[in-house]
Amino acid sequence: MSEALTADSNTGDIVRCDACPVLCRIRRGKAGACDRYANRDGELVRLDPLVVTERAAERDGELVPFLDAAPDWDGKLVAAPPVFVTGIGSGTTYPDYKPAPFIVATEWQGVDTVTVVTEGIFSYCGAKVKIDTDRHLGPEQAAIRVDGEPVGHVTTAEYGSQMLSLGGVRHLTGGSKREGTVTCATLLALCNGEAVDLTIDGGSTVTVQAGKAPVVDGEREERMRVGCGSATIGIFAKQWIGHADEVIVVDDHITGVLSEHQAGRFLDMRPGGIRVRGRKSTPGRYFQVADPGSGWGGTDVTDPLAIIDRIDTKTAWPGERVLMVSTTGEDSAYFELDEALRPVPMPMPAALQAVVDRIGENCEPALCTVLFMGGAGGSLRAGVTENPVRLTRSVQDMITRVTCGGAPAYVWPGGGITLMADVTRLPANAFGYVPTPALVAPIEFTLPRAAYEQLGGHMESIRELDAVLARHPELRRERGRADNPWPYDPPGDAKRRP
Amino acid sequence: MTGTAARLPNGRLHVQEGPIDLVIGADGPPDAVQRAYASAIHAFDGLLAGLAAELPALRRPAGNQPAVVHGPVARRMVEAVHPHRRVFVTPMAAVAGAVADHVLAGMVAAAPDLAKAWVNDGGDIAFHLTPGTTFELGLVPDLDDPALAGTATIRFDDPVRGVATSGRGGRSFSLGIADAATVLAATAAQADVAATLIANAVDLPNHPAIRRGPASAEDPDSDLGDRLVVLNVGPLTDVEIACALEAGAREAERMRAAGLIHACALALRAGWGVVGIDPARLSIATETLPNIHASVTDP
Repeated sequence: MSEALTADSNTGDIVRCDACPVLCRIRRGKAGACDRYANRDGELVRLDPLVVTERAAERDGELVPFLDAAPDWDGKLVAAPPVFVTGIGSGTTYPDYKPAPFIVATEWQGVDTVTVVTEGIFSYCGAKVKIDTDRHLGPEQAAIRVDGEPVGHVTTAEYGSQMLSLGGVRHLTGGSKREGTVTCATLLALCNGEAVDLTIDGGSTVTVQAGKAPVVDGEREERMRVGCGSATIGIFAKQWIGHADEVIVVDDHITGVLSEHQAGRFLDMRPGGIRVRGRKSTPGRYFQVADPGSGWGGTDVTDPLAIIDRIDTKTAWPGERVLMVSTTGEDSAYFELDEALRPVPMPMPAALQAVVDRIGENCEPALCTVLFMGGAGGSLRAGVTENPVRLTRSVQDMITRVTCGGAPAYVWPGGGITLMADVTRLPANAFGYVPTPALVAPIEFTLPRAAYEQLGGHMESIRELDAVLARHPELRRERGRADNPWPYDPPGDAKRRP
Repeated sequence: MTGTAARLPNGRLHVQEGPIDLVIGADGPPDAVQRAYASAIHAFDGLLAGLAAELPALRRPAGNQPAVVHGPVARRMVEAVHPHRRVFVTPMAAVAGAVADHVLAGMVAAAPDLAKAWVNDGGDIAFHLTPGTTFELGLVPDLDDPALAGTATIRFDDPVRGVATSGRGGRSFSLGIADAATVLAATAAQADVAATLIANAVDLPNHPAIRRGPASAEDPDSDLGDRLVVLNVGPLTDVEIACALEAGAREAERMRAAGLIHACALALRAGWGVVGIDPARLSIATETLPNIHASVTDP
């Protein structure tokens, strides 16, 4: 946020920028004529600055907003409270074998600490997306398209969610030029927290936005199921006893039938005699009761009676009370069998509605989560040290902490520096791109100064934090997220190789 | 001034203020280059403020009576759009080229002994040549993905001193779907307005894959007002690409016949078209141009 500029934000819908004589009026979410200033949620922001992260001060367990802690702040940057310079907007020296743009020294808790601040050009990068849904989004390995171009594929189904793999070098530079451009634009939008419509071959169109509920074929996914149909039977069995004679939890994975299920037997339930379609796994547990779809419990069923194969006249009885419910409690219906043993829809009794509601309550909010994944190549590492492999070892040994725009990064074991970061933990608009096409992502390496010298660091390029802040008044100042570990703190339980 | 000036590698000069970003080069005796650069910085000082003061008039559509404006750049803009007044166009369509022409004119006046000079305003370029010198142009088929697809060489005896590219990428809005329309003309301002209008003509009206919205919804001060600008272009077939390019090529040919431009190259997706360019003068690497769908060459 640039304090030097006035934000004419009566409504926030239009902000007037006075950075130059054009005096652009900028709509929310748009940039001015120069592409350097923009209206973000009613505030005028610079798009290309370095980001400085303020540590969210903790006092008596409470967070103290930075401006409250320093009410007389005059807009100048000072080094206290603790400040971490992130790579956002720092630029890159690629492909020159030159020191990284900023190598910042500071003292943190008695340790002389160095942070190498840069922006990496990630030719090898992508996004791993987890979509909380039981709906069938498309077959595994199916291509995912944006504007008709393949940008990734459907990968494994995980518990209550579907994983997508987007980007990667083969889409970015291995296909047609347009495929690469569209892939890069898709990754950029997702990593910067924007919504993207993904179309899956032979499946659904999903609107994905990091930290927001997925929208599948126009329908917003609200809840992530409490468990599969069989698990739901087990969890709620006792609460149904006395209110229903049979409960069928409809699920694309495993549909549960209470009276046949281990849980029903344990509670001495009378067999209900209602046979569902599909393939029996173990008693009361059925696979494939219907085709996958966006109906009940991730099946294509909109009328739950469609999954009933037959009603056993020797076992079922007139007046039998049957509850059918999906794994999220979003869909439910109550029937009673008439004299001819036909299920007749009836109003849901309050006691059963309470349990249906509880299934819903036990579901977590369905979200899309987006992890940026990229590999730091040789040139990027050369900006840190004259001997790039030593940086890799130092990261693997947990001496060097890697952050992306101040956000924690998980570094994969094995060779190289291949990392993942939750894009919602980075400051806004942290990612950029180059026409290669490749993503530009901030990356910082923080380590003790002595260790930096040992791994062949560019010691002559180190600048003190105060000097960096003083010489770069354009630095954008942001509070670090309270739930992000402070990048200067040493990594937990550092284990060093002998 | 509120802008900045800096020397770039290879002796070039970079000046920037607000949306104006110029990269300037000059060849000749060192003191001539020095005088030219000093003149460029002088011409640039206050240029944006002067333009901003006349913005309301410059954002109005050109009519039979040319708008009365006073600044030297504003006058160049009004003059450049006047021949095109039968279609919707505002002097803003020539702003980048007019700035380049104005700064170059100042440099050449201050240093007549320059061998060669050029002012590149975000891809719209004005250049000065003397006998024996040439200017090498790079052709970029997609503004959002600036990769060099080929080059064209302008010689002293060519009637071309300006080049401009317009299209969907970059900072301004387009009424059409061209990825790029590159125009060669006598001045950069003339090339700029022609490129804008030719890029507008590369279009497929009512095509469902083309998303449009009012320019005012993107930028409340846009000179395009509520006119529908192209926001997104989905998949297009080869035939559709060829149709859209032909529409643009017809417009370019009309302007060429009227003496308003010298030549034009059009790009949309994998398709290309050229008007008025002798193919022998183009060094387009053919493997980068898999399909030349619309090919309207010298009649």
